[in-house]
Amino acid sequence: MKIVVCAKQVPDTTEVRIDPVKGTLIREGVPSILNPDDANALEAALAMKDQNPDTEVIVVTMGPPQAQYMLRECLAMGADSAILLSDRAFGGADTWATSHTIAAAIKKIGNVDLVLAGRQAIDGDTAQVGPQVAMRLGLPAVTYVQNIEIEGDMAKVQRQLELGYEVIEVKLPCLLTAVKELGEPRYMTIAGIVDAYEKEITLWGREDLGLDPSECGLKASPTRVFRSFTPPVKGKGEIFTGTADGMVRDLMVRLKEKHYI
Amino acid sequence: MFFTEQHELIRKHARDFAEKEFTKEVLDEIENTAEFPKEIFKKMADAGFFGIKMPKELGGGGSDHRAYVIVMEEISRASGIASIYVSSPNSLMGSPFLMVGTKEQKEKYLRPMISGEKIFCFGLTEPGAGSDAGGMTTTAVEDGDDYILNGRKTFITAAPLADYAVIFAKTDMSKGTRGITSFIVDMTLPGVSCGKPEDKMGMIGCATSDIILENVRVPKSEILGKLNRGFSTAMKTLDVGRIGVASQAIGIAQAAIDESTQYAKERKQFGRPIANFQAISFMLADMETKLNAAKLLTYHAAYLKDTNQDASKAASMAKYYASEVCNEICAKAVQIHGGYGYIKEYKVEKLYRDARVLTIYEGTSQVQQMVIAAQMLK
Repeated sequence: MKIVVCAKQVPDTTEVRIDPVKGTLIREGVPSILNPDDANALEAALAMKDQNPDTEVIVVTMGPPQAQYMLRECLAMGADSAILLSDRAFGGADTWATSHTIAAAIKKIGNVDLVLAGRQAIDGDTAQVGPQVAMRLGLPAVTYVQNIEIEGDMAKVQRQLELGYEVIEVKLPCLLTAVKELGEPRYMTIAGIVDAYEKEITLWGREDLGLDPSECGLKASPTRVFRSFTPPVKGKGEIFTGTADGMVRDLMVRLKEKHYI
Repeated sequence: MFFTEQHELIRKHARDFAEKEFTKEVLDEIENTAEFPKEIFKKMADAGFFGIKMPKELGGGGSDHRAYVIVMEEISRASGIASIYVSSPNSLMGSPFLMVGTKEQKEKYLRPMISGEKIFCFGLTEPGAGSDAGGMTTTAVEDGDDYILNGRKTFITAAPLADYAVIFAKTDMSKGTRGITSFIVDMTLPGVSCGKPEDKMGMIGCATSDIILENVRVPKSEILGKLNRGFSTAMKTLDVGRIGVASQAIGIAQAAIDESTQYAKERKQFGRPIANFQAISFMLADMETKLNAAKLLTYHAAYLKDTNQDASKAASMAKYYASEVCNEICAKAVQIHGGYGYIKEYKVEKLYRDARVLTIYEGTSQVQQMVIAAQMLK
């Protein structure tokens, strides 16, 4: 089975601080990481490879050259190969243009049985690229997947809902987007890291994908950002612990204190 | 300067692991029970920490000494005791097998050591032979196809947990250090027993005890290396051991600085954070400067090893300096914390105790000074 995992290098938003004067995000010195939901998607692919060693796991990302570092991390976790889609022409892409570029890469890879993506990236939080890639490839898509079982040419998946989950059968090839319950990402290994640097990362630009400049990047992005702003900082929340009865009692006391009830 | 991007990814790997696994609860449990959790030991093995620079053919990572330093540093930063479990298979225990072990010995012992299936301990020190290893009195007497071992080893890290010990014993009483042979001893053999685990000041979570050998029959096939050459094998592994202790020192010192800077910013006295007082901020500046000097010495020694240059003096200087300044830094960290630094609830209290052994084990500071001076004056 051939699995493509779509990944994105994102700023570690837990490390992003807010400039108290300007009210903007301080991005300098913020480390870049593998998007957490994408790590769950990769874990699911690697778990399938553990079960069936014939499985091939290919990681694809679109980004600047430094995204290679994240791809090395994916290789060190156990992916077989990695492809970086990088070209000046791809710059400034919104989800519409991004999904077009990624779909073109998946077509070029060819004979892919399963595409896995994270639910959403922690920087943009759109959750659009995965489903858009499926649309462009004409594949069925299931989002918020928390469990996958492959049976023949069918995937039986659990789709997470707010309370519970749906069980959906979907024919391969298909695209699934992962939530964190799909599996805790494994650690890299030292040998894996050494191997990752012995492998070649494939670099594909616009011409490799046979795309017209008008189909990529900013030129192909209908989204216009009207305004960015930082929401005002809210006060710290309070977390109750203990038994359900105790927590309810504490909550009631607080609500009464504040005259909410 | 000394690192490649690959080394940086190894640092990320070790740091992610350490931050995730060594939570306050886990560290407190180790401190309270004096036992290291088996499941974390297994995870460390799976992460590749026990065979960082061992060949891939034996299940190792195939990396280098700088990677070893990085992992030791990042693990020590979170847990000093965990770094002892990393150090043993990579250095003191693993290196002799790699250097002089036969093909069979590497398969039988080194492979399970790297995978974490078997634990080894290093039996060199005796009650009357510490820095002066040549003064040991444990004997091995030839008897047919075997040797009969008798004697007592002391302060042996992990002895009560170990499946095997490498025991150094006199095979020729007339020759001092040139009459010492190393034997692989199965800890379940008749005549092998361990003393009561020592009640140590710090580095709690890896039992240290005596090993008592009473007419222990060891086959000749279990000699590690050549007859009467055990001491020279041990000496060759010391560079790596010293670089390892230096890495523990910079990791622990980094943790002390992390805690102190945070505390100094949060703790308020006389209406402002104590970090705003020059007396505190200059202490922090000294700590940081000395730590960075120690780091450079340590990285440099590892770099020399990786480029096949003589690292003996560099390793001793790194071990000597890093362990001494680590103690200084931890002492200042306790000082910055004031009364709270003396309370077990605060991390610096443990760092201070853990740091103390660093100037002692694997060659005291004074032995390092002897090595450094001897190289200068030869």
